[in-house]
Amino acid sequence: MRVNGAAHPAPADPRRLLSDHLRHDLGLTGTHVGCEHGVCGCCTVLLDGAPVRSCLMLAVQAEGHDVTTIEGLAADGAPLHPVQQAFHECHGLQCGFCTPGFVMSVVGLLGQHPNPTDEQVDEGISGNLCRCTGYASIRRAVTRAAELSKK
Amino acid sequence: MKPPPFEYHAPASVEEACSLLASLEDAKVLAGGQSLVPLLNFRLARPAHIVDINRIAGLDRIYERDGGVAVQALARQAAVEDSDLVARVCPLVSAAVRLVAHRVIRNRGTVCGSLAHADPASELPAVLLALGGRVVARSARGDRVIDAAQLFQGVMETALAPDELLVEAWFPASPRPFAIVEESRRHGDFALAGAVRAAGRLALFGVAPTPVLADPRDPAKGLQPSGDLEASPEFRLHLVRVLTAKAFAA
Repeated sequence: MRVNGAAHPAPADPRRLLSDHLRHDLGLTGTHVGCEHGVCGCCTVLLDGAPVRSCLMLAVQAEGHDVTTIEGLAADGAPLHPVQQAFHECHGLQCGFCTPGFVMSVVGLLGQHPNPTDEQVDEGISGNLCRCTGYASIRRAVTRAAELSKK
Repeated sequence: MKPPPFEYHAPASVEEACSLLASLEDAKVLAGGQSLVPLLNFRLARPAHIVDINRIAGLDRIYERDGGVAVQALARQAAVEDSDLVARVCPLVSAAVRLVAHRVIRNRGTVCGSLAHADPASELPAVLLALGGRVVARSARGDRVIDAAQLFQGVMETALAPDELLVEAWFPASPRPFAIVEESRRHGDFALAGAVRAAGRLALFGVAPTPVLADPRDPAKGLQPSGDLEASPEFRLHLVRVLTAKAFAA
């Protein structure tokens, strides 16, 4: 599988979840693990460009596919990805635990709807849980990300 | 959390998958994994073998046949949601699939997987039942067509035999008017109760061990829904009446 552009062999143990593989075998700890049954959205990564739950995939299933994690959105020292920049500007995070999952879901949302309506924003982030922000700043961040993505 | 140990198989063809299912004891088919992998993570399911069908090429088609839409085993819910063909021929399915979990889940989850999983609170089994659709079950013994009315046998139980793979679901064209309405605690949650209308036919979900057909004039008749922390049996019966009235208001 390719993870953030680099080729990696799939783990030998088929029961290794993709989320655990990313964190424990590849050291990509930006992908967070919350509920491990697909509800919280923290572990969301892009599989061939579309957001998926990495806790609901076996790592072996990613073989032959492209996986993008939060680390793959912007290189160290490079300008932030527009979605990251928007979360920064709009205070779309407090503790930050849910943030990588939100950011990856929003990257997927803007891929599907470059100019999302308020309803599409709500629908697009409804699969991610945040216990700090109350969501209002995250909604603003999504709209801001759509603006930044067009520049 | 991690799944219990299992032997992993990734067949490259439907024939190979069927031959594995015929020869293996205690095998589960893994398609989208959005229901099976949580069950593995919680260790509520401990199959000895996992047959992952995701490597099978050409099993993700959505196409028109016999005046309806056929959806193959690997067609993702998101692809069905975005399909112009489904929107044109079977808009009830387009509407229903948008109520299944969240887009990120639908990017992996499959329509056929929802049918085979047969959760009593899920939308697509009730839609198949309301429309009078069918599924094709394939095994080394051949193909078997199962009507929706026969497919759903109990809570997460279907008429599929252990050696059969649900290769395709067929949804008849949506008659008009149609509607799907449900009540859930949060957007994307499983429904506390739901109603599907296909012209004069009504199917209910979340209120019995399987989706059930009901009389639109007296939809709660004979129902004995279970109660849980989220809804009492009485509240579910109330929802059935309210949702049916909404579905038939159009």
